[in-house]
Amino acid sequence: MRQALNNFIQTKIFWPFVALVLLLVINFIMIPGFFQITVKNGHLFGSLIDILNRVVPLLVIAIGMTLVIAKEGIDISVGSVLAITAAAAASLLQTTSVPIAILLALVIGLICGLWNGILIAFLEIQPMIATLILMTVGRGIAQLITGGQILTINNDAYGYVGKGFLLGLPFAIYIGLAVFGIILLLKKKTALGLFLESIGTNMSSSKFAGVQPKKIILIVYMISGICAAIAGILVSSNVSSADANNAGLWIELDAILAVVIGGTSMRGGRFFLGGTVIGALFIQTLSTTIYSMGIRPEIIMVVKAIVVITVCLMQSEEFRKLVKQLKWKKKVSEA
Amino acid sequence: MNSEYMLKAENISKAFPGVKALSDVDFCLRKGEIHSLMGENGAGKSTLIKVLTGICEKDQGQIFLENQLINPGTAEEAQRLGISTVYQEVNLCENLSVAENIFIGREPKKKGKIDWKEMYQKADQLLKESLNIDIDVKQTLSSYSTAIQQMVAIARAVDISSGVLILDEPTSSLDNNEVKKLFEVMRNLKSKGMGIIFVSHFLDQVFEISDRITVLRNGQLIGEYQTNQLSRTDLVSKMIGKEWGESSNTRKKNAPKFGERSFLRTNRLEKKGSINPIDLTIKKGEVLGLAGLLGSGRTETAKLLFGIDSSDEGVLVIDNNEIKSMNPRLAIEKGLGFCPEDRKVEGIVGELTIRENIMLALQTKKGMFNYIPMKDQRVIAQKYIELLNIKTPSMEQRIENLSGGNQQKVILARWLATNPKLLILDEPTRGIDVGSKAEIRKLILELAAEGMSILFISAELEEMVACCDRVIVLRDRYQIGQLEGEQMSVSNIMEMIAEGAGVVEAGIK
Amino acid sequence: MKQSGIRINENNIIIVATLLLIVLLYGFGSFSFTGFFSMQVFLNLFIDNAYLIIVATGMAFVIITGGIDLSVASFVAFVSMVSASLLQHGINAYLVIFITLVIGILFGAGQGYLIYRFQLHPWIVTLAGMFFARGLCYLINTESIEITDNTFIALSDYKVYIMGENYISLGAVISLLFVAGAMFVSKYTRFGRNVYAIGGNVNSAKLMGLPVAKTTILVYTLSGFSSALGGFVFTIYMQSGYALHLMGMEMDAIAACVIGGILLTGGVGYLLGPTLGVLSMGIIQTIIMFQGTLSSWWTKIAVGFLLFLFILLQRLIVIKRGKKKILSLSEPTSKPETAGQHVTIS
Repeated sequence: MRQALNNFIQTKIFWPFVALVLLLVINFIMIPGFFQITVKNGHLFGSLIDILNRVVPLLVIAIGMTLVIAKEGIDISVGSVLAITAAAAASLLQTTSVPIAILLALVIGLICGLWNGILIAFLEIQPMIATLILMTVGRGIAQLITGGQILTINNDAYGYVGKGFLLGLPFAIYIGLAVFGIILLLKKKTALGLFLESIGTNMSSSKFAGVQPKKIILIVYMISGICAAIAGILVSSNVSSADANNAGLWIELDAILAVVIGGTSMRGGRFFLGGTVIGALFIQTLSTTIYSMGIRPEIIMVVKAIVVITVCLMQSEEFRKLVKQLKWKKKVSEA
Repeated sequence: MNSEYMLKAENISKAFPGVKALSDVDFCLRKGEIHSLMGENGAGKSTLIKVLTGICEKDQGQIFLENQLINPGTAEEAQRLGISTVYQEVNLCENLSVAENIFIGREPKKKGKIDWKEMYQKADQLLKESLNIDIDVKQTLSSYSTAIQQMVAIARAVDISSGVLILDEPTSSLDNNEVKKLFEVMRNLKSKGMGIIFVSHFLDQVFEISDRITVLRNGQLIGEYQTNQLSRTDLVSKMIGKEWGESSNTRKKNAPKFGERSFLRTNRLEKKGSINPIDLTIKKGEVLGLAGLLGSGRTETAKLLFGIDSSDEGVLVIDNNEIKSMNPRLAIEKGLGFCPEDRKVEGIVGELTIRENIMLALQTKKGMFNYIPMKDQRVIAQKYIELLNIKTPSMEQRIENLSGGNQQKVILARWLATNPKLLILDEPTRGIDVGSKAEIRKLILELAAEGMSILFISAELEEMVACCDRVIVLRDRYQIGQLEGEQMSVSNIMEMIAEGAGVVEAGIK
Repeated sequence: MKQSGIRINENNIIIVATLLLIVLLYGFGSFSFTGFFSMQVFLNLFIDNAYLIIVATGMAFVIITGGIDLSVASFVAFVSMVSASLLQHGINAYLVIFITLVIGILFGAGQGYLIYRFQLHPWIVTLAGMFFARGLCYLINTESIEITDNTFIALSDYKVYIMGENYISLGAVISLLFVAGAMFVSKYTRFGRNVYAIGGNVNSAKLMGLPVAKTTILVYTLSGFSSALGGFVFTIYMQSGYALHLMGMEMDAIAACVIGGILLTGGVGYLLGPTLGVLSMGIIQTIIMFQGTLSSWWTKIAVGFLLFLFILLQRLIVIKRGKKKILSLSEPTSKPETAGQHVTIS
């Protein structure tokens, strides 16, 4: 038991987990009824359920982003891809059935990811710059699809995806779990995880061992594209509309933040899917906390900015050196 | 102290974690001389230069510049004192103009703004007068060849320097005429009283240009010699470290058991600027050695065979199939394995565990979706950890935490796990402890006895003689000869490296 | 060997392409729409985009060192917010301008320090800066604040007449002066040249003894200052402060730099480039406006497409640079045979 605890402390997930628990404890003390879950019409309601439900789009995108960051890349086009797929799904629903609309939306996400992957793997454009193109054009394309309007969706079957309940829990939670499960399976039951971590750690050693980086890069960006598409479907279904301008605005930043909080380094290498889940939950809980405590919600952005810088500083070797020096000096002056 | 010394370093010592890079080394550079610094890998040449130029801090010793004690702490400070260095990789900014590269940080100014006209004129004059080259100094540096870039770097160095110039492998990317031109420049600078330290792997060049030669080996000073009193053979033996005529280790192994069927064969395989046409054949169960000094083309050949670099010309045949374009993935499929020379950069994947590092090549061979179950992975990893005697508390340790020798064994295990038909070992015993060295040698012989072909590259000639069935000798990127059986001895190999095999060389010309 | 005059080479090919693009776009507009070919329509490009010209030019310095500054748009909005809010409290207009410029300098220097001292990724630091500035805007006020200060209104109405009836605004004048200053700094000061050297090869710059730390921090400081100045110009143009001003404008600024020939990998580009980039984007917008039936999002798609083309062009130049060496010391005829053959002395 003690051994297990010690092992847990050693993992990268430990500190984000502590932060999340701390946040929940604050909520418990400050907000009465935060942990209360009520049953209405056979559905569960409550702040916790709400957090779990709302976090799903961010979580799905962050999981895709985790893979991208593991190979020392980044995908800042996910917000735009989300908007495109949301718009596409909404507009397709006017003419086709729900499964086809969803399928086509996923294919569009895949194509967006493939585009990014080709630019990065074959034209060797830096990931930030390559995905910048789609980030800029994407919202324009989304607006093109929606005709500049906010498309409303009146389809109960589609609405079930983002708003429905299954066995008392919001259906979106199951989708989040499914995506997490599939990617976890890819990591544990195929060599994708091994190759990805190998490329992210040491590209030339990996090439010498016969790993083909281009193939992996394509796969990873395509997964990120599909994840963005899933998030797009969830968001549009949940609010019953597709807003080309505001759907998924800045979600790329939240996703990067979730990944980094979860312990995956921006320098690539080892990645932690569980950590990303905790990171995403932390961000969503933070937002919910701020809303429900009655603090002006505008402060969220400032808090996020400070959290990003702090986490990055803690990962920075230069900063660790500085801290070590300061500690050492203190010791010397005490002696 | 004699005032004819430009630069004098005494009792320089420097240790890195785990390695004594320099111990008690003296070095003197006189006015108006070209002084070569020679040594094999790990001899301490680059460390000595780094100490002299302030990039590395020395642990012990003193440096005098024209009888003044100096202690440069940064590259900038050394430059200010008048010690300028031109590195192998040209350290200039390709995006700037030639003139700017010479004067950046010291641009001539007029009324507070940079005087471009003056700068162009001065640059033009400098290049013409001290280097005798006439180029458009307004052009960006990137539009010129490496040779000219090197010249520009030298021009900058000469302009800053007050008498000491260090050229660290300036010729490795130049062709013949360019080398000649560089030597003219060096002679010209020498006649003006400048002291030049010259580092090169090319024996011919060293003998052509230098007045004195200092030899280092394993971080120790072997000696300082006048070039005209030193023969090539002497130099090679001093660098490699066995005195001439010493009883040469002939093979202790039993008579070769390998068949006549060749596993891999090349016909005039070459890559321009890296290795000249090479013909070699490796038979099943044979240990073939590639001998030569650093930079002679041994690693380049290995990389060509494994498809890390692609060849321009020539034919590569494996198992009677001609391979059009090789890549590492294909090489693994064909049964090749490659332990690279630079273990840290090209071998280990630092963040991953020992098990994962062992499985990497086998997994790429099997493909991404044909995942090896964890249970099997553990069995395989455990098997090689025991077989190779890898010392680690657990296979789930990060490979970074192992010692050099154990890391090397993990890389070996990675390839052995793929059950290769040909294993290329580039300096597998470099920088590792004596015990591991012996174990790896023993393993090579065992593997060959089981029928595996091995291409073995090592700077330690005794090791090559002890392990190889046949040795191909390379010099200055040319294949110059081959030794086998009784002929294969340390002294014969050295002689061939130094003097070349006349017949073969004549054939190339 | 020596030549004078202008040659097309890899350094200026993009800027030539951009100039060509401007001429073509403007020609197309003039040909297609009546009233397009007028002096005032042309001058309006400068008036409407003055703030973007300033911000993009400041950003160009950062990009030339090989970095990026994503905080600019948020910071412009922040300046509009701070100015409007301070003016609301009756603080002297010139003092307000001074305060915002100082905040800009401090903000930029802070980002630069974090990036250099702790070797953090500029994208991440300035991304956080972007959140931070935008968040501060919301904290000041979530509503739009009208500016009623007389000095600001006077500055806003100030017109410089060129050729009769045609005029440009004070903001446009400031932006042109700023560009001229930037061009001077990039060409005639050591700081300017060090910026290029760092972008070309940071390690070489260090080995050549250039002040890399100081220059890096200074470059972000300059970008912070230009965002503040751009913010001021934008504020007198809009006459209001609003937290939602200019969402996503940082991408426009980056696009302007890319289209104007500033290489995103650093080291190459003329400081006039961003202005040309802004102009070509402005002309596209004007064409779409004149056209009438096309919706505004076509601007985004067209700009994105241009961005793609120019990034591709940049990439080609970088690839080509790796291969092409026009001059060698050897005679061209002797090179193929002698290459690599070893020197023989006997």
